[in-house]
Amino acid sequence: MNKMEKALHELTEMDDLAARSSPVHALHPTAKLLSTIAYIIVTVSFDKYDLGGLFPMLLWPVLLFEISGIPLRTCFYKLRIVLPLVMAVGLFNPLYDRAPMLLLGGTAVSGGVVSMLTLMLKGVFCLMASFLLMATTPIDSLCAALRRLHVPGMLVTLLLLTYRYVGVMTEELAIMTDAYHLRAPGQKGIHVSAWGSFLGQLLLRSMDRAQELYGSMQLRGYHEHFHYAPIRAFRLPDGLYTLACGAAFLLLRFVNLGRLLGGLVVR
Amino acid sequence: MIEFQHVRFAYEKGREVIRDLSFRIARGEAVGLIGANGAGKSTVMKLALGLLSGEGRILIDGEELNRQTLASARRKLGFVLQNSDNQMFMPTVYEDMIFGPLNYMVSREEADRRVDEVLARLDLQALKHRHNHRISGGEKRMAAIATILAMEPEAILMDEPSSALDPCNRRLVINTIRGLEQTKLISSHDLDMILDTCSRVILLSEGRIAADGPAEEILRDRALLERNHLELPLRLAGG
Ligand SMILES: Nc1ncnc2c1ncn2[C@@H]1O[C@H](COP(=O)(O)OP(=O)(O)O)[C@@H](O)[C@H]1O
Ligand SMILES: [Mg+2]
Repeated sequence: MNKMEKALHELTEMDDLAARSSPVHALHPTAKLLSTIAYIIVTVSFDKYDLGGLFPMLLWPVLLFEISGIPLRTCFYKLRIVLPLVMAVGLFNPLYDRAPMLLLGGTAVSGGVVSMLTLMLKGVFCLMASFLLMATTPIDSLCAALRRLHVPGMLVTLLLLTYRYVGVMTEELAIMTDAYHLRAPGQKGIHVSAWGSFLGQLLLRSMDRAQELYGSMQLRGYHEHFHYAPIRAFRLPDGLYTLACGAAFLLLRFVNLGRLLGGLVVR
Repeated sequence: MIEFQHVRFAYEKGREVIRDLSFRIARGEAVGLIGANGAGKSTVMKLALGLLSGEGRILIDGEELNRQTLASARRKLGFVLQNSDNQMFMPTVYEDMIFGPLNYMVSREEADRRVDEVLARLDLQALKHRHNHRISGGEKRMAAIATILAMEPEAILMDEPSSALDPCNRRLVINTIRGLEQTKLISSHDLDMILDTCSRVILLSEGRIAADGPAEEILRDRALLERNHLELPLRLAGG
């Protein structure tokens, strides 16, 4: 297996994870979707210096990972490519925000460092939550849930096809890199001089395949909207779960747990 | 069932690929479309399905193919693509198989029933919940055929169904095709397969019909075949 095929394999593994069973998997996709969106909004809304307040937000994804039986390790392994990108966002904050902010063990920590850490954590938390959603909900159910929430059919189809189409592109890329390396033995990566034609070919080939795929869909009666597998009814426990999550997020956002606990201990 | 009347088609202006093509395939017939690489076999299929449109008239089940009739015509036709990878785009075989029926407003129960019936008929039950990415080339071709059968088409078009298969899978596909009672149009340069599955043959050469007649007759005509860069089927070459 070359690198690309491995990536492809990992993609189908997501489907496998989503097909497992656990209390989290059993929740209604709409409940999971709404709570994840709420989580992301609340997480992002924390003040950029509120590192202490943000930290307890980690509880929710960690708890759900635990209950769903999906190892956190898998999450970080699969996200190893995007994680550094997300982390890099706040990297320059320490450079222009040097005012000392708090004292940690006698050393002054600047506001830039605090806001960098906050930003990084926000990114990581949101990624963890999104991964959890994808790993516990089949993409079709997720799309069906989006349709139920009246997200336009075109958008949902686009999402679904993108998800599927990444596979096709990766496959073409795998074939092409193999062909390249067979004729350029011992070379690491693809030489810069070949990038242009390589990319052009990749696009053409994927477009050809996309066209055939789309033709095959049309021939089977497809016009614009998918028939998603029916999802079960939204029941009371799903509603309670969504509300409980929402309430917990608001609590974590507006009541500073750290300070509260600290206060209790001192008193 | 499928009729071409003076059909012409060019991908690029001035370079006609199909030149004044006329033929008629009756309901229930099994026709092999043969010809060298680039003769225009795939193009003929795509024209019949309305994926391409050219000059002249194409009739499907007596109705002229145009914007208004496209949907109803396509409903009667099933197309097995040359490359099964481009046909199977859902994650599992099962999901791919119900895709067509659901689009045609068949209820999910009925779609499920069809899937099980077709899989049982082709002896493919084991493939039902397998991932399309993880099945072999031969299994994928069989699954692609099953996908089309689940739509219960009146005619089946297959573009080189035996290409890139090992002898055992090729035999399996041939036997499956022989068992189908629908109208069949099968393109290939695997003439042994055509001899096994079709009673009539249309030989294409540079977008024109070079011969049209009983398979036994045309596939025995060594001079004709060689003129068209084809060879006698092994079975007939021997004796
Ligand atoms: N998308 C396309 N654009 C331009 N020319 C094409 C395209 N597809 C096929 N052709 C040309 O049309 C001719 C017939 O092709 P095709 O129908 O695929 O032949 P066959 O299936 O018999 O091998 C060939 O000369 C081929 O080069
Ligand atoms: Mg062809």
